Amino acid sequence: MKTTTKGILIVALILAIVPFVSPNSYYTDLAIRMAINAVIVLGLNLLIGFAGQISLGHAGFLGIGAYASAVLPTHFGWHPLLAMGAGALATGILAALVARPIFKLKGHYLAMATLGLGIIINIALRNEAQWTGGPDGMPVPAMGLFGFELSSDKQWYWVVAALLVISVWASLNLIDSPFGRALRALHGSEVASQVVGVDVARYKVIVFVMSAMFASLMGSVTAHYIGFVSPNFADFFHSIELVTMVVVGGMASVFGSLVGAVLLTALPQALATFEGWETVVFGAILMGFMIFLPKGIVPTLAAKFGKGE
Amino acid sequence: MSMLEVKDLSIHFGGVKAVQNVTFNIDSGIVYSVIGPNGAGKTTLFNLITGVYKPTTGEIKLDGEAIHGKSPNELARRGVARTFQNLQICMNMSAIENVMVGAHLRLDRNLFKAALRFPTLRKRDAELREEAAELMRFVGLEKYIETRADAMSYGALKRLEISRALAMKPRLIFLDEPAAGLNPKETIEVDHLVRKIADSGVTVVLVEHDMKMVMNLSDRILVLDYGKKLAEGTGEEVRKNPDVIAAYLGAHA
Repeated sequence: MKTTTKGILIVALILAIVPFVSPNSYYTDLAIRMAINAVIVLGLNLLIGFAGQISLGHAGFLGIGAYASAVLPTHFGWHPLLAMGAGALATGILAALVARPIFKLKGHYLAMATLGLGIIINIALRNEAQWTGGPDGMPVPAMGLFGFELSSDKQWYWVVAALLVISVWASLNLIDSPFGRALRALHGSEVASQVVGVDVARYKVIVFVMSAMFASLMGSVTAHYIGFVSPNFADFFHSIELVTMVVVGGMASVFGSLVGAVLLTALPQALATFEGWETVVFGAILMGFMIFLPKGIVPTLAAKFGKGE
Repeated sequence: MSMLEVKDLSIHFGGVKAVQNVTFNIDSGIVYSVIGPNGAGKTTLFNLITGVYKPTTGEIKLDGEAIHGKSPNELARRGVARTFQNLQICMNMSAIENVMVGAHLRLDRNLFKAALRFPTLRKRDAELREEAAELMRFVGLEKYIETRADAMSYGALKRLEISRALAMKPRLIFLDEPAAGLNPKETIEVDHLVRKIADSGVTVVLVEHDMKMVMNLSDRILVLDYGKKLAEGTGEEVRKNPDVIAAYLGAHA
């Protein structure tokens, strides 16, 4: 069996076992948030790890999705699924519009431009108080379909777990396809991929739009799950957190994305006992990772034990 | 009609006139070499023709169609391939994947079919892997089919670039110093390889400093010096040209 197939099975197995060994709803809640982050990080890793671009504004896209799911059903009576789709579509259009000019930039300049975009979205959410509740945020109606309402943690868990397995499968398929090879090639050498016919500008736009829409959809999911949105959800620190998950888990590694998301979602919880010092300890752990595992956890271990992903 | 027509081609970088009013034609099916001292503008000329740079003035026609100012990926569609003097290998991919990227334009690049693992796409990819392995054997890289690109030697990477270019199934291939940095044995192998490529019907344009290889392979030679055309003709004609001798050996030779 191929290593990737084994990987998916292992992920599915772990996800199937978790709810039965989870001692209480606190852990189920943690698992749900891990899985949601994992899906977002998978999309972000396509952009950062595989295509070699950067976005420091991804939480902004999460925010658009989350607020679409809050505002459209509350103020306009839209069905939550329709609102979710509209949010993703709006995010996709916005991402496509800004991508062309933004991806003329590289490196630090690109990082700054995406950072600015994220901040603008955040400010808009904060200031449009009559729609968004401003800095206080607003409640989000429950997600339902055909009279069935997603309410208990267990139900949410299975939905999110299914989303995660599908995302892992689709990501693995994508990177091992003509499309995915072109993405990785433009990371490796832009000029070489251009001369073999890859429309580099177009591919950058597509992967950016795709990962932004991924984020928007998961923003909607998070909003419905938590039942509340606030602008903090779309702020700069959340963007940085997501990028950190990509880097710690491993750039250009699908399973690394999962490890990064799980670890960095759990870590702040585990460090809560340090009372006030947790950010310092958190920072120290991150620095340790960067010094000793600069390529991220999964690629480093894979290289050490002589196995590809 | 010539396959490639270059007329009065110039590019200026600020005050530096890297290529000035260069005119030449390349007929289909030949090996055409561009030689000249370091800094003569050979690589710049390649970059102009393959769309990496836009010319300041002048025109380039491929089969009668103007192609100057078009981007490299548009030229790739028209069957123009190239390799690079300073290697441009995707070190984040395996050797065979580098070759497979060369076939980009011949594949179904649909994002959704890829994500959903469409059987037609998978089948084509499996065939392509075979094709790419075959190309690696053709250029003498059979040992490296399962290797990561970043674990290969310089000489092997040079040939990997050539096999990637061939994966495009080009009509016209530009090889920028394929033998630079290679030992004599490897140089002879590349010499044979270029001959094989030309024999397969691909028009070859070669930049190379190894004069033995150039004289041995070329049907016609263009000599550049300080961005200007110094001479053009068969190997014999170029070798006897007093301007060329002066440029290479000094004015009093």
